[in-house]
Amino acid sequence: MTEHIHVAPAPVGGRLLTPVTFTCGVLILAALAILAVRFVLGLGAVTHLNDGYPWGIWVVADVVIGSAFACGGFSIAMLVYIFNKGEYHPLVRPALLASLFGYTLAGVGVIFDLGRWWNFWHILSPAYASPNSVMFEVALCISLYIVVMWIEFSPTFMEKWGMRDARRKLNKVMFFFIALGTVLPMMHQSSLGSLLIVFGTQIHPLWQTMLLPLIFLLSAITIGYAVVLFESCLAAAGYRRSIEMHLLTPLAKIMLGVLAVFMIVRFGDLLWRGALGHAFAANLQAFMFWLETACFLSPFVLLRSEVQRRNPARLFIGGALLMLGGVLLRINAFLVGYDTGTGWSYFPSVPELLVTFGMFAIEVLGYIVITRRFPVLPREDAPPTATPAALRAATR
Amino acid sequence: MNGRREFLRRALAGGAAVAGTTACPSAHARGNAEIPPEAIGLLFDSTLCIGCKACVAACKAANDLPLDYNSPVDALWDMPLDTTARTYNVIKAWQSGTGTQRNQQIDGYAFMKSSCLHCIDPSCVSACPVSAMTKDPATGIVQYDADACIGCRYCVAACPFGIPKYDYDSPTGKIGKCELCRHLLPEGKYAACAEVCPTGATLFGKVSALKAEAHRRLALQEGAPTIWPRGNLDTADQPAWEGPAPRYVQHVYGEKEVGGTQMLKLAAVPFEQLGHKPLPERSFSSQSETLQHTLYGGLVLPLAVLGVMSWVARRNVKHDDETDARGAQDAHAGEKRHD
Ligand code: SF4
Ligand code: SF4
Ligand code: SF4
Repeated sequence: MTEHIHVAPAPVGGRLLTPVTFTCGVLILAALAILAVRFVLGLGAVTHLNDGYPWGIWVVADVVIGSAFACGGFSIAMLVYIFNKGEYHPLVRPALLASLFGYTLAGVGVIFDLGRWWNFWHILSPAYASPNSVMFEVALCISLYIVVMWIEFSPTFMEKWGMRDARRKLNKVMFFFIALGTVLPMMHQSSLGSLLIVFGTQIHPLWQTMLLPLIFLLSAITIGYAVVLFESCLAAAGYRRSIEMHLLTPLAKIMLGVLAVFMIVRFGDLLWRGALGHAFAANLQAFMFWLETACFLSPFVLLRSEVQRRNPARLFIGGALLMLGGVLLRINAFLVGYDTGTGWSYFPSVPELLVTFGMFAIEVLGYIVITRRFPVLPREDAPPTATPAALRAATR
Repeated sequence: MNGRREFLRRALAGGAAVAGTTACPSAHARGNAEIPPEAIGLLFDSTLCIGCKACVAACKAANDLPLDYNSPVDALWDMPLDTTARTYNVIKAWQSGTGTQRNQQIDGYAFMKSSCLHCIDPSCVSACPVSAMTKDPATGIVQYDADACIGCRYCVAACPFGIPKYDYDSPTGKIGKCELCRHLLPEGKYAACAEVCPTGATLFGKVSALKAEAHRRLALQEGAPTIWPRGNLDTADQPAWEGPAPRYVQHVYGEKEVGGTQMLKLAAVPFEQLGHKPLPERSFSSQSETLQHTLYGGLVLPLAVLGVMSWVARRNVKHDDETDARGAQDAHAGEKRHD
């Protein structure tokens, strides 16, 4: 890792108790109280889960969507270390931090949803291994990736606590963890899509396809970039820092590129399977499909030219809409497009929603506390980053 | 060096690796699973069912299951409308028009049994991440082990027949589903629902024998007198009876559906009306597993991608180290271009 040569990251500093952190705290307490009830009385006491919809928003929002939102670290790391776009280096740490939280929480969130959670360790024990199961692979990847991310992020703590020796040693093998940190989330995000294949005809044809893994993976990568745009704008506004426009503007272009590939795969698959006709039916599924598609298409309009990509408000909204598209794709595939037969319905209960809000609140609170106290964001008064690629571009 | 071309080259290499990990041709395709030769199962003949629900009560008793009220207000009747974690078997009534003609489509009524079909290639087994749902290699019974189960409910969501159910009202809820009374087999007994059935509508036996019996019935002339076995088809432990043949729908449900099931069904009313949707012959688990094995078989593809990624990452981390040292003082040059 080479942070020491780029603009050194530094703690933002400032108060920890603000209206935002206070609100997060309240939401987290509410979620904890509801979870206490859930563990004493069972899932039925706080959720609207039923045998027609055994998976609700705790699975879809907290785990499937939560981990997709946590793809910023992976998407940026790919850009910097695999595609050698070194100029994006200052974005690595903040993105990795958000990913670390997102994935760790997704991993913990699974436990809240497990009906027999005390057996959780079975999934990592060879005695119970079930290699044919997609869920088995999802669980292995998520667990390994969380460990890998903590290792990738550990230099931040080592810097704070002055563990120079350990850091130097770790740097020597960091490339391997970086590589693992791209392969594991690729496997994990694609497998979140594969989870649905065994559901067969219970999933609406607008979403059921053998290309689900590719569709989920590509959308997760674009969401990764969208999250970085979204977070950078938010962090800049919240901490009154200048926005890293020189990074975000070209990043938005890369995001649109991956998004274009995603759209081609998505619609190519629908056409090839002859499933696009279902999009013109007069039902909820078709409506939600178009809503999802509109969200995915909106960044192409909002950020169509270089001028527009220099506008922070547009970057923020474009990123947010793309994230919403990703949310809708996942909700549609797992819930709206899922039909086990007549008579079943599901809409999350208020306590169920509060737990999900609490989970996202933990993420926001953690991000604030760590960026204020640990060296994550680039130092504000330092000169901006120079990298080989940027220099090459400038001298051309 | 031309940065853009370099980027494109890497993008293509990386893109190929990504596409490779997710959408490879099905090199490890697997077809539907084969049925174990000694597999046992049930034959349910809707035309013989009189809706007495003796099997529902017998199932409760045999499996030591608690009462299941469908209304907390009127907690008097153990009459769940569907199978639950506490009820493994229900008989559902269907009717049309005036509902007076037994086994007729128009103005008719009929009964249908709902319990695990013991798929030959079960989705629930393929889904389960901890081998809590397994298929017995000899009997073919799809069995559940609560001590292994983590309660993820993937099996509940995956089963194409909506059979496994979870108990949401308990902090230690288990999955509940018919296990073909496997605990009775060592005692020399068999499925309680079949044993108790007064008409032979639910018949126990080897799947091969049940299948032959089903086809014998489909070939019968409507109204022709025939023999109806009861209880256990293999041992003929209960006396058979004689009666006229109904007009069957020419379809053995479960013979082909999702790769076949060990519970076969006959009816005089189209199965779709009895809550049995048409299903493809290719099992969903074989599709899912083909995909998984293609991507992760022997971990070949993930390791290859990891190798490529490590190599590239190693080069780039080093590359960064060399160039960054001299890059620092030219910082502003880089910045101008991006502003
Ligand atoms: S009917 Fe459902 S629960 Fe029974 S074996 Fe088939 S997939 Fe499993
Ligand atoms: S709920 Fe239990 S039996 Fe069903 S898939 Fe999950 S671990 Fe397996
Ligand atoms: S075989 Fe046993 S468990 Fe299954 S439905 Fe019949 S009585 Fe119930």
